[in-house]
Amino acid sequence: MSDQNMKIKLRVWRQKGPTYPGKLETYELDNVNEHMSFLEMIDVLNEKLVQEGGEPVAFDHDCREGICGMCSMTIDGNPHGPNKGTTACQLHMRNYKDGDTITVEPFRATAFPVIKDIMVDRSAFDRIQQVGGFISVSTGNAPDAHAVPVSKEKADLAFDAATCIGCGACVAACKNASAMLFVAAKVSQYELLPQGQPEKEDRVLNMVAKMDEEGFGSCSNTGACSASCPKEISLENIARMNRAYSRASFKKR
Amino acid sequence: MSRLVTYLFSSVGQKKLMALSGLGWGLFALSHMAGNLLVFVGSETYNKYGHAIVSNPAIYVAEAGLVLLLLTHVFYGIRVSIQASKARSQGYVVKKSGDKEATLSSRTMKYTGIAVLGFIILHLWSFKYGAYYEVSYDGVVVRDLFRLMLEKFESPIYTWGYVAAVILIGFHLSHGVYSALQSLGINHPRYTPIIEKISVLYGILIAVGFASQPIYVHFVF
Ligand code: FES
Repeated sequence: MSDQNMKIKLRVWRQKGPTYPGKLETYELDNVNEHMSFLEMIDVLNEKLVQEGGEPVAFDHDCREGICGMCSMTIDGNPHGPNKGTTACQLHMRNYKDGDTITVEPFRATAFPVIKDIMVDRSAFDRIQQVGGFISVSTGNAPDAHAVPVSKEKADLAFDAATCIGCGACVAACKNASAMLFVAAKVSQYELLPQGQPEKEDRVLNMVAKMDEEGFGSCSNTGACSASCPKEISLENIARMNRAYSRASFKKR
Repeated sequence: MSRLVTYLFSSVGQKKLMALSGLGWGLFALSHMAGNLLVFVGSETYNKYGHAIVSNPAIYVAEAGLVLLLLTHVFYGIRVSIQASKARSQGYVVKKSGDKEATLSSRTMKYTGIAVLGFIILHLWSFKYGAYYEVSYDGVVVRDLFRLMLEKFESPIYTWGYVAAVILIGFHLSHGVYSALQSLGINHPRYTPIIEKISVLYGILIAVGFASQPIYVHFVF
C-alpha cells in the first residue's frame, strides 16, 4: 500500500487569550500522510511552527481515541469534522484529498470562552454536573448487584445516555448554542434507573436552572446537536427531560 | 407562584408555551383552510359560513384566545432569538454543511415566522377590516366576503403574494408540528418517525389547501 502524501492548506483560528480578538491564519502543509489523524496533522503543523520560531496552535486533546471528549474543534463548520458519530481525534486525513483547504475554529459559545486558539473552557458543563449530575450513595456495604431489579430496556437506554462524553459538540452545533442535549443525557441516565429516583426532582430542576444561568441558548428542536454528537445521543433524551422538568416543577413541594 | 414564574421563563417551560401556542394556531390554520374551501361550493355557502362564525357570540372568546396565543408565540420567539444571539456572541466563519446540518425548515423558523406574522397582519387588514359589502339571502343581510375575495384575487400580485405566504406557513408548520410535540415530551422510536412525516404532510396540506382558493379564483373563476 503506497502512502499518499497530500498538500493541505489549513486556516486556523489564532487567538492569544480570552480577551484578545482572534483571526484565521493560513498555513500550508506539504507532507500530510493519509494515515494521519487530524490531530497528528496539527502536531506536524505545530512542530513546523516551533522550528520556525512561531507559537504552536493550542488545542485540547487527551485520549485521542474518542472517549475523553477533549478534542473540541470545529472543522469546516462541523463540530468534530464531517463524519457522524466520531470525535475530531478519530477523523483521519484519508477523508481529505490533495489540495484541500480546511478551516479549523473553536467551539463557539459565549458559555465556552476561548482560552487560546482553538481551545475553549467548558467548565460550565462541570458546574451543571455539580448541581445534580450524580447520585448520593450512603455509606455501608455495596448492595448485591441484583438487589435492585432494572429492566434490560431501561438499563440500555440509561447506558446510551451515559455514553455522553461531555465534549460540547451539541452546543457548538446548535444554532442557538443550547446545551439541552448534554443536560438531557445527564438527567436521563439517572431518571431511567431506580438509583436515580430519590433525587430526580431536585436534579432536573437544579440542572436546568444552572444551564439557563450559564448563558446557553434555548432549544428549538433543529436536531443539529444529535447529528453532531460523537456518541449520537438521541433527541428522545431531551423529550424525557422536558417531561421530567414539567413534572418536577409542579409536583415538588 | 414563584415556581410557576420560574417554570414559564425557564428554557424548558418556554418551549412548552411555544409548542402549545403554535399548535393552537396550527389547528386554527386547518379550520380556516377548510372554511376557505367552501369557495368551491359557491358564493352563498361561503358567505353564510362566514356569517355563522361572526354571529356566534363565542367568536369574541375565540378571537381573544387567538390573539393571546399569537402574542405568546411571538414573545417567546423573540426571546429565543435574543438568547441565541447572546449565547453565541462570536459566530462561525464557516457554516455547517453535510450530514451535520439541520433541515432548512428548522433553521429558518425565525424568518418564516416573521414573514407569517407580517402576512397575518396584512391579511386581517385586507379582509377582516377590508371593504364591507353586503348581500342578502332570504331577507338575511350578511357580509359579502365572496365579492371582496374575488376583487382581491383579480390582482396577480395579490394572488401570488398570497400563495407565497401560505407556502411559508406550510413550511413553518412542517417543522412546527413535529417540534411542538417533541417539546411537549412526545418522542418514541416507534412514533417519532411517523410524526416527522405527518408534520411535513400537514404543512403541505395547509399550503395546498390555502393556495387552491386564490389560484382557482384567479385562473378559473
Ligand atoms: S482526544 Fe479524547 S475524544 Fe478526542
